[in-house]
Amino acid sequence: MTTTNLDPSSIPLPTRRRPRIGETGLRALTAATALLLVAIMALLVYETARQAWPSIQEFGLGFITSDQWNVVTGQFGALNFIIGTLLTSVVALVIAVPMAIAIGLFLSELAPRVLRTPVGLMVELLAAIPSVVLGLWGILVMGPFLAEHVEPWLSDHLGFIPLFSGYPSSQGVLPACVVLSIMVVPIVASISRELFLSVPGELKQGAMALGATRWEMVRSVMLPYVSGGLVASTMLGFGRAVGEAIAVTQVIGGANAISRSLFPPGDTMASRIAAQYAGTATSLQRSSLAYLAVLLLIISLITNIAAQLISGRLQRRLGGEA
Amino acid sequence: MSAQDDRNPLTVVSPRSRRRKLQGRLMELLASFAALVAIVVLLVVIFSVAKRGLPAVNADLFTQVAAPFGVEGGGIKNAIVGTLIMTAMATAMAVPIGVLLAIFDTEFAPPQVSVAIRMTLNVLAGVPTIVIGIFIFGLVVVSNGQSAFAASIALAIIILPVIARATEEVLLLVPSTLREGSMALGATRARTVVSVILPSAFGGIVTATIVGVARAAGETAPILFTSSIFANAVVTDPSQPMASMPFAIFTNSESPSHHDQQVAWAAALLLMAFVLLGSITGRLLSLRTRRQIEQMR
Repeated sequence: MTTTNLDPSSIPLPTRRRPRIGETGLRALTAATALLLVAIMALLVYETARQAWPSIQEFGLGFITSDQWNVVTGQFGALNFIIGTLLTSVVALVIAVPMAIAIGLFLSELAPRVLRTPVGLMVELLAAIPSVVLGLWGILVMGPFLAEHVEPWLSDHLGFIPLFSGYPSSQGVLPACVVLSIMVVPIVASISRELFLSVPGELKQGAMALGATRWEMVRSVMLPYVSGGLVASTMLGFGRAVGEAIAVTQVIGGANAISRSLFPPGDTMASRIAAQYAGTATSLQRSSLAYLAVLLLIISLITNIAAQLISGRLQRRLGGEA
Repeated sequence: MSAQDDRNPLTVVSPRSRRRKLQGRLMELLASFAALVAIVVLLVVIFSVAKRGLPAVNADLFTQVAAPFGVEGGGIKNAIVGTLIMTAMATAMAVPIGVLLAIFDTEFAPPQVSVAIRMTLNVLAGVPTIVIGIFIFGLVVVSNGQSAFAASIALAIIILPVIARATEEVLLLVPSTLREGSMALGATRARTVVSVILPSAFGGIVTATIVGVARAAGETAPILFTSSIFANAVVTDPSQPMASMPFAIFTNSESPSHHDQQVAWAAALLLMAFVLLGSITGRLLSLRTRRQIEQMR
């Protein structure tokens, strides 16, 4: 015992003559898992791109603007699936985000203390329902219900909007939007609840002291304070909606067509992969499906990194712990 | 708060203030209504799966494999066994790696490295599961064919970020006084991790594992290309593809046959019960661990 350093955290490694096998061993082992993580991520990108390469060479960026998907002529393009993906995800967000923010507000501000944990738990359980179960429910219960009751009403009353025109259909874009919104709500709700809880009490009390009602305090103090975080959580929800394959495949009907209406069948990138990848007729078709996967990967990387940068910048601005 | 507002002589009189209060009430009502809608949706899904699934749950479901085409009866024994085995293998791969990763991240890595790893974990968590299916298809299935092992690797990659992030969260909760105390006694960092930090975070690691198991059991997309062509029999050899509950639900849900749909509902009920119970247990345990660790401070 020769060292009597008072600040243990400043000791890099205790100086000893015998090398410490346990110390270096554990360090190396844990560092190896970090390398493994990076390797998985790199390999994931490489392998997906490698499978897509023949299609990328064949179609180039024209893949994105072509609406052909024809196994016989060997023409493949993603346009309809890209539009279908954006349409379903955006409609899902339009339904889900306001609801989720309201739920976050309810859980952090309005709910009586006894209700907070159980209600929060139930909202989180929505995210735990396996997507295949949600899809089963969507195809056999919710789709027919929408076709019989909701879509006729929408086309009668809002039929002048192209989105709500046309004939009801039990498989189609609208059920996919509803299923996706059910998946997005818990993600955005739990993040916005954390965000609302992070608003400093002084700010809220300040607004109240100025005579604001609780809603005015929420609107003028809390919402602006967390707006960046809400944007980030919306992007995470968007990433989730874009990438969902199984439940969408089950309910959307799988048609390579773009309709102005939400009622007829359509398709998304992820659901086209799920429906066709296992049974491809040509290698170019398989490669084109992998091209769709590359596009999905790019979208998910961009939304995810952007969301993290936004929330990271916020945390720094708010001084560390948000 | 509102009770005090009512007594405030400055705000009682004006009709404008009444309007503001009314507006506030309305918005609060809407927010509470949104929470109600979410709960109702959850209950509706649970109820409609239970209503259709319960009548189809019988002994055959657990003791028989799928009946040949056109024949009534049959069960999902092979799918239950397959899901149990593949989930177990995926968990066995992902938990050690995830926990070690979390240890590296919270205990050993320099701050910049730690930020980069956390970011990579989040990115991996955001990768669509169907893309991971394609990845493992190209990496394993193309050369070795479909197998339960290939599916387990895909599932393990999906739950790795779940487990690592949950473990990280608990490790960060362990008070730094415990770390400092251990090191003041002359323990190395490694000894501190093994003897002080891991035991106090053990509950959290169990929670992370449960959440990971629940997630892996319910995933369909990664199995679609890695373990989807299987013998209609109970398979226990991991080098062979196996049936699974999510895949059974997926294929049966698109079948026009009433009997197949019945099987899908029953399987969905079992799977959902398993996953939801796992999630509730994980959630409640994590609340408990949190409280316990907070008491150490």
